[in-house]
Amino acid sequence: MSTSNIFKLPDVGEGLVEAEIVAWQVKAGDIVAVNDVLVEIETAKSIVELPSPYAGVVAELLVADGDTVEVGTPIIRIGGSAAAPEESASPATPADVPAEAPAMKPLVGSGPKADAVRRRPRAGSPAAVEAAPAAPAAPAPANRVLAKPPVRKAAKDLGINLADVAPTGLRGEVTKKDLLSHRDQQAAGPAAAGDFWAHAPGPAVAEDPRIERIKVKGVRKATAKAMVDSAFSAPHVSIFVDVDASRTMEFVKRLKVSRDFEGIKVSPLLILAKAVIWAAARNPSVNATWTGDEIIIKHFMNLGIAAATPRGLMVPNIKDAQELSLKELAIALNALATTARAGKTQPADMAGGSLTVTNIGALGIDTGTPIINPGEVAIVAFGTIKQKPWVVEGEVVPRWVTTLGGSFDHRVVDGDLSARFMADVAAIMEEPALLLD
Amino acid sequence: MGAAQQSATGIGSENGTRVGPAGASAGVLQPHTVGERDMVQLLDAAGNRRHEDTFGPYVDELDAETLRGFYRDMAVVRRFDAEATALQRQGELALWVPVVGQEAAQIGSGRAMRPADYAFPTYREHGVALTRGLDLADLLKLFRGISNGGWDPRENNFHLYTLVLAAQTLHAVGYAMGIQRDAAADSASEPAAVVAYFGDGASSEGDVHESMVFAASFNAPVVFFCQNNNWAISVPFEVQSKVPLVNRAGGYGFPGIRVDGNDVLAVYAVTQWALDHARSGKGPVLIEASTYRVGAHTTADDPTKYRASAEEEAWRAKDPLQRLETYLRAEGLADDDFFAQVKNDGDELASHVRRATLALGGANIRQKFATVYAEAHPLVAEELAWFENYEAGFAAADTQTSQGGAA
Repeated sequence: MSTSNIFKLPDVGEGLVEAEIVAWQVKAGDIVAVNDVLVEIETAKSIVELPSPYAGVVAELLVADGDTVEVGTPIIRIGGSAAAPEESASPATPADVPAEAPAMKPLVGSGPKADAVRRRPRAGSPAAVEAAPAAPAAPAPANRVLAKPPVRKAAKDLGINLADVAPTGLRGEVTKKDLLSHRDQQAAGPAAAGDFWAHAPGPAVAEDPRIERIKVKGVRKATAKAMVDSAFSAPHVSIFVDVDASRTMEFVKRLKVSRDFEGIKVSPLLILAKAVIWAAARNPSVNATWTGDEIIIKHFMNLGIAAATPRGLMVPNIKDAQELSLKELAIALNALATTARAGKTQPADMAGGSLTVTNIGALGIDTGTPIINPGEVAIVAFGTIKQKPWVVEGEVVPRWVTTLGGSFDHRVVDGDLSARFMADVAAIMEEPALLLD
Repeated sequence: MGAAQQSATGIGSENGTRVGPAGASAGVLQPHTVGERDMVQLLDAAGNRRHEDTFGPYVDELDAETLRGFYRDMAVVRRFDAEATALQRQGELALWVPVVGQEAAQIGSGRAMRPADYAFPTYREHGVALTRGLDLADLLKLFRGISNGGWDPRENNFHLYTLVLAAQTLHAVGYAMGIQRDAAADSASEPAAVVAYFGDGASSEGDVHESMVFAASFNAPVVFFCQNNNWAISVPFEVQSKVPLVNRAGGYGFPGIRVDGNDVLAVYAVTQWALDHARSGKGPVLIEASTYRVGAHTTADDPTKYRASAEEEAWRAKDPLQRLETYLRAEGLADDDFFAQVKNDGDELASHVRRATLALGGANIRQKFATVYAEAHPLVAEELAWFENYEAGFAAADTQTSQGGAA
């Protein structure tokens, strides 16, 4: 038996440290020649095909599609040579047929990971193959969106997919102006409702181009699984309470202008978070986990905040929130939101939550029946706060009113306990001064 | 870009201003003479031979063997380029600078040179290197980081690659002035000229201006050969210049020729003419070869970020190899056997380059410290010590990673 060769991930750019394995083009057992394409990788700069440095039989793929691996990591083992190793196949293109699949075709791919909002079709993808198979000037894969780095950065910051923006710049480039006017349009109405009925943008179902299919993966898949697991294992009970949050609004207003909170974003969510922590201490069973034969009560509060992020729904939590002062809690909430919006929430940020708050009021919704984050037994939905008629001492007066909703795992939290917990939270929203208690 | 924008007066009447053209009075510069579509072409994109009085005869006198040689060189350097790119992707080179699309500009100009002439390349003149007789494997030493050069420039009169943009144009003019002085001192010395290669991006560098001023002032025997490949990394040519670069020659007072850079015959002919001009003491010439960088600027670049694929397709249709192949076949100057042989030659060169590159070993950075100064130097010693310390720390971390790391 001859020895096998290990191919380590090279630095294909200048000074890159890692790359994502996008798609293996070979599998164990395949025979490869020198310069046969092994794998497509995506670096911070581009998508690149790696040609084999060795001839032989693929013994083992050492990393999987989707893995992000450091430069220098062994990625494939190629066993005993089946062909003379120095007899290299012409990489990508025979020298005498420049027109079809030229050797120096542009590095197929999109850019830095963060702005890879839509991956453009690749050479050799089914779409490209179907089109005019033998024509020498076969249509090239559609180019990705053209935009300068500051515009890409701005799009990323705004959470806008550059492919959605109508370009007006030189050579069809998306300019900063295009991006901003797109944002303004978006703010004015639901995104791209105008041509929604026209056709489906993604891979369409063959028989009906108006049907769009979206592959379930990643965060969507994880969210779906978690919600089904929770909804169909924990018997949910949901209760609601209307609250006069006028004093909370005043309190928030005072905090905003206080010197102590200068430069810190303060919102009613801060008071609610504090209220939930306070109420959980008085009703510890809501801050628990059901294991089947045990109820685990947590004497700490890792307060989860449900957040819509560019990658989907995430529930990062603030660790040991019970230890934080009001100001520290405000800072922690802001940091959590910023990280989530940037799509940089780490798995550790989401692990070990004990109770969750979902701020549906931010979207103008009054209330709902949220599904409990798996592993927890309670979730609080914070509705929008708006002026409503409220009866005070026999008089109808306009007050800032909100609805608090809560879902509880009935295996752990009975009706009376959930009611007491919600009443405690409501009490703080009505009179934040109770927090001084 | 329309002709109006190329008006040398530069004062348009758009936007409702009252300023019109400056007119034709004595003292008013008249518009340049070479437009965007103007260029010398002897073989069009479809492979048809074009008649041309001045430059045509240079090609008429070529035999079939030479014409086939043009094709062979272009095809072989393209194959070489693909291999070098693959070697970079396999981690054997730090970087590679692809040449695809510019083969005709390089082979045509390189083939027009005589052994006594001297070429000053940028970092992309792999085709010129081939015509000068270099072992192309030597080109890879620089890109592997094991040499500051890779060959002895005096052996083939092919200077080292210059990575500092446009710097070589000054060196080239200086060298040309040296040839001039040698000739003055020894009338028996062989007449020779210099070719200074540069690109459209480099044309905006001050060095190019200075070199052209000196070349004109001293009537130096130098041919400025600009491969205008339309992209300075991500900057398109229309940002680089409002008019074809060849018009600049008029400002310096020497001849300029715009040539189809994807037509190897035309490039060969105009370069012959320019070199004859320079060697015979008539001074510098500027050639602008209109071509296109079909691939990436380097292996670290991704052109899909800044240009549309339709543009690349349009240029692929003007491929320099394809049109010469069409011509050779139509004229009965080459057959299938020839093209098979060329492919074979390319593959052989590629495997030679691969073998040679893998045998080069790794970079010896300590040797770099040792050759900064001829004698020991305290600062270099200090920096070497820092480096050794840094490396030692790195190795330790490496070991830890591999112990704890996943397979």
